[in-house]
Amino acid sequence: MTTLTTQPETRPAVPPLDASVRRRARIRHNLRRSSIYGVAILIAIWILLPIWLITTMAFSTPENIRAFPKPFVPSPATTETINFFLSAEGIVQSALNSVIVAVLTLVISTLIAVPAGYAIARFLFPGRDAIRLGILSVRAFPIVVLGVPIATIYIQLGIYDSPISLALMHVALTLPTTILVISSVFASVPYELEEAAQIFGSTPVQAFWQVVLPLSLPGIAASALLTFVLSWNEVFAAIMLTLMNRTLPAAILYTLDKSGDPFKFAGAFFMLMPAIVFIFFIRRYLFNMWGSINK
Amino acid sequence: MAEIVIENAVKRFGKFTAIDNVSLTVREKEFVVLLGPSGCGKTTLLRAVAGLGMVDAGRILIGGRDVTFLPPRERNISMVFQNYAIFPHMTVYDNIAFGLKMRKSSKDTIRERVHNAAKLLHIEGMLERYPSQMSGGQRQRIAVARAIAVETDVLLMDEPLSNLDALLRLEMRAELKSLLNRLGVTTIYVTHDQIEALSMGDRIAVMKSGRILQCDAPTHVYDSPADQFVGSFIGNPPMNFLHGQAERQGGQIGARVAGFYIPAADPLQDLLADYVGKPITLGIRAESIEVLEAPAEDALPAEVTLMEPLGSQNLFTIHLGTDALKVSTHPDFRVKSGGRLWLRFPAHKIRWVDPDSGRTLTPERMAVAQ
Repeated sequence: MTTLTTQPETRPAVPPLDASVRRRARIRHNLRRSSIYGVAILIAIWILLPIWLITTMAFSTPENIRAFPKPFVPSPATTETINFFLSAEGIVQSALNSVIVAVLTLVISTLIAVPAGYAIARFLFPGRDAIRLGILSVRAFPIVVLGVPIATIYIQLGIYDSPISLALMHVALTLPTTILVISSVFASVPYELEEAAQIFGSTPVQAFWQVVLPLSLPGIAASALLTFVLSWNEVFAAIMLTLMNRTLPAAILYTLDKSGDPFKFAGAFFMLMPAIVFIFFIRRYLFNMWGSINK
Repeated sequence: MAEIVIENAVKRFGKFTAIDNVSLTVREKEFVVLLGPSGCGKTTLLRAVAGLGMVDAGRILIGGRDVTFLPPRERNISMVFQNYAIFPHMTVYDNIAFGLKMRKSSKDTIRERVHNAAKLLHIEGMLERYPSQMSGGQRQRIAVARAIAVETDVLLMDEPLSNLDALLRLEMRAELKSLLNRLGVTTIYVTHDQIEALSMGDRIAVMKSGRILQCDAPTHVYDSPADQFVGSFIGNPPMNFLHGQAERQGGQIGARVAGFYIPAADPLQDLLADYVGKPITLGIRAESIEVLEAPAEDALPAEVTLMEPLGSQNLFTIHLGTDALKVSTHPDFRVKSGGRLWLRFPAHKIRWVDPDSGRTLTPERMAVAQ
């Protein structure tokens, strides 16, 4: 400022900006913004439209479901379709099975993934990278390849067609992701915090319980819920490994071609809801899972 | 009783030797600063004392007890970490109380000591807050409060001020020094900031490549560095080193530098006898060189390459032969770049350095070497 006032004559005069230059800059700016918003809106519609369709149809009368064009808001709104779906044979039981399998998967998967993830995040042991790769490579096997031999083994062991055996299969499917996600959650907790706890009197195990676990809990919870949703939605292994004790997706898929549109919409709605509710609860932590929770 | 004794400590990471046979004794209630460039092993040495990294050889004793193989919690120490390492999920109170709770102190003791520590660091009004609601300087205070609340005899500090901005660092430095003086704990303080080291330590241990080059009082380290590296690492500007040839003139040994003869002080005459006719290095501090505006007897004429006014002093860069020399003067002394001035080198301020080993020649050190 002072140099400007004391020596104005030494500076060459800067010509004022042309108004058209200004206008073009603003147009460019607005164009870029609106195109970003436009793409975002398109993506949102692409995802939301089917969800909206399924939800409205689930609350419409069977007549309205077959009607075309379909109304944007169900009128009259009714639970008739839902009731029809719930009263169908075996649906409630299979929903219950789904819950049991998903909870079992969540518990077993998390109990294994927490120590495994911690070891991968914290310790440099021989073969660490190989193990990391090995964990991921489980995902390279298609479920079909895994499913048939596992079904055979389950039959031999006499645990075929039971929620626990299906849960074990789901654990095998979800564990790779769970371990890697949880290990990245642990890795984001600075090791210095554990060292500080040890300096001030903790054993390494106490340091984990007092410092690392509380700080990673949101991330672990998010990953556990993700596991729940994955298991809830999984259909292929469910069909292969169950017969009488079908889970919900397996039951719906099995009856799909024999049932009418109202049944399909109501079933889709039931499959959709848990995922949406869970994502609503964990949306804040989904970002944390791969980011830092250092604050 | 909390003397820290490090005996012949060695620590290797693969083929890299981080600590190379280091021995150091920190006396009770003494404040020793480990100073050195990054990668010199100072933090590794501190962590070995803390128990966060075991030494591969050697012993560590705290208060006469061999703690070499004990985990940190059994060493009765506390520590301030570089990145504070305060627990983000606990309130300030719980952070400060952490060590006391682990020691199973009584509720009353915990409350009293937490409040005392918080008061000493001026954070007593923030005990119910979470660290994320606090600034960097305040977090630093929590970390120090947590470390002093446990009232151990030994306190270890790993670059505690390096994450603060310049002004805050200056403030915290003075506050920390007076606080630690009052508490009278045995302290090892790691830093790469030579000003911090000079201003805070009772003694400074200068490290390089895993070895301690010199461990002395700050003024001594500054005035008479044991080694060319120490002289150039400590002080701003660093110590000047002039390259010359040892020479006998009129019965006295001195050095010829850029054609000018500089005599050596009397106590060094015997030592320098071996160097006559050989190259020798002279070390002198920028402020120890006398600067004259007019020619005088035994003053060396020189031309100013660059003059930098620094407010409290003027800093001149002068070329003598192949050496660039930094000379500081009172701010009123004005000679423009390109001007002439005359330099005088007081014999008792010159340090004579063996150019091969880089070690400073002094009667005591030579006696030790032999």
